[in-house]
Amino acid sequence: MLAIWKKEIKSYFYSPMAYVLIGFFLLVSSVLFFVFNLASGYGDIRWIFIHWIFILVLIMFVSILTMRILAEDRKNGTEVLLITSPVSITSMVIGKFLAAFSVFLVMTAITFIYPIITIAYGAPFTVQIIGGYIGFILLGGSFISVGVFASSLTESQVVAVVISFVSMLLMWIMDAVSSSFGGFISKVLNWFSVLARYEDFYRGILDISSIVYYLSFIAVFLFLTVRVIEKRRWSQG
Amino acid sequence: MIEIQNLTKNYGQIKAVNNISFTVEKGEILGFLGPNGAGKTTTMNIITGYIPSSEGTVKVCGYDILENPKEVKKRIGYLPEQPPVYTDMTVKDYLEFVSELKSVDKKKRRAQISDIMELVKIGDHRNRLIKNLSKGYRQRVGLAQALVGSPEVLILDEPTVGLDPKQIIEIRRLIKALGREHTIILSSHILPEVSAVCERVVIINKGEIAAIDTPENLSKGFGTASKLSVTIAGPKSSVTGYIRGIYGVKYVEPNIEKEKDVVNYIIESDKDIDIRRPLFFAMAKAGYPIIEMKSLNMTLEDIFLQVTTREEEVEH
Repeated sequence: MLAIWKKEIKSYFYSPMAYVLIGFFLLVSSVLFFVFNLASGYGDIRWIFIHWIFILVLIMFVSILTMRILAEDRKNGTEVLLITSPVSITSMVIGKFLAAFSVFLVMTAITFIYPIITIAYGAPFTVQIIGGYIGFILLGGSFISVGVFASSLTESQVVAVVISFVSMLLMWIMDAVSSSFGGFISKVLNWFSVLARYEDFYRGILDISSIVYYLSFIAVFLFLTVRVIEKRRWSQG
Repeated sequence: MIEIQNLTKNYGQIKAVNNISFTVEKGEILGFLGPNGAGKTTTMNIITGYIPSSEGTVKVCGYDILENPKEVKKRIGYLPEQPPVYTDMTVKDYLEFVSELKSVDKKKRRAQISDIMELVKIGDHRNRLIKNLSKGYRQRVGLAQALVGSPEVLILDEPTVGLDPKQIIEIRRLIKALGREHTIILSSHILPEVSAVCERVVIINKGEIAAIDTPENLSKGFGTASKLSVTIAGPKSSVTGYIRGIYGVKYVEPNIEKEKDVVNYIIESDKDIDIRRPLFFAMAKAGYPIIEMKSLNMTLEDIFLQVTTREEEVEH
């Protein structure tokens, strides 16, 4: 698991991939920071993190970050090496997930600069900032698990990126969709509504059940990824 | 060392591998021979645990691949048909990654990797990106990868594909040398390769074992006739007549006319009758000198064709 994590981290940072993605993300969030906070002299940075542009960019960031993570191995035949080595498929998937997640964490750490700036200029340090970051990291992890899953479905990176982008978009608008249904369907759809709980974190509600929700969301998608790879082993030539 | 029993792999209605059984002894180099699509790669993928079998068992060093995959995978180095290399890594980084993946002892890693690079002669390219290497060198990196962790068993799927003749000879020599310490299964559709390297050959066709023996025994057992190539100076028609008169000759065919009235003939005779002496005396008596005579042994190629086409004839 560690070997795979290390290798993936290296391939992110030895190529322009991680830099371009992180740079793009920071550019957009910094523009939001400038507009909402610096230019208007407003001290609360939470609005950046729940702004729709920010969420959209996050979805793009994650789907591009994860598109090659399993699809490329399948296409280049390196999957054979990973599966025939004495490493279980579960730890291979977890290793890959953690690598993408680490890039996401690096990016998140850089955004700490926003609260640091506002606090330096006299804005209060609030629990909502910490809660918000916890929510953001959990949301990022959940999106990454969806991306990893999408990447396991195909050997084409383009298809993978489309699948993960569209599914995350759907999860995003699930709130609106689920309210137009009723009863059981609404409950099921609500389960996929990752954004509603996320916004709670920024209101300062640190709900254990939400944390458990996100962690189990990640676990379910990683489990499905393992199943997809296992299933293909049984049916392929 | 490797025991394969009643191995079957179904893809829907198609049986890619059908009830194959064989064993490989420690230190043996076994050749796996068959036309394209015969089930060689499928069998190898099953032995290495890449894909599961539909029926039957594979045991490596006493461990079953389905019950104890980790123990089996630790003991196998696999070079698939397409070398499983990460093209955006350098050779050294890649081999380090593979050693970590196979959890080679940290202290031994560096020494082992440089030994392997020395062995497969890629030391000069250690810091190059794999995508910039030629096909032959990528193949060597693939082989190096299989050697990492010094596994007891090596499984090599068409290891010499895409190499130039000089490299092929080197790789064959290397495989032979590796055979002293490792048990090797090698697949190929190049016949001289198998007869040059392997101690035993499994010929597989349409998912079934068609023959299994040493290359020598195969050439002995499968011929129903022995062939001679003879060049004789003399008019074609009368020479052919004389040859036909010899006891045991089944078939004569003038092959090439080398000069005027010097013709090369291919003669087939019954397997257990040596016609070389009677031929000599017959020609001497007739006054037609024999310029050249050599026996054409049944090559593995002939046997291969015979084994793999014979079944088709039965079917149709």
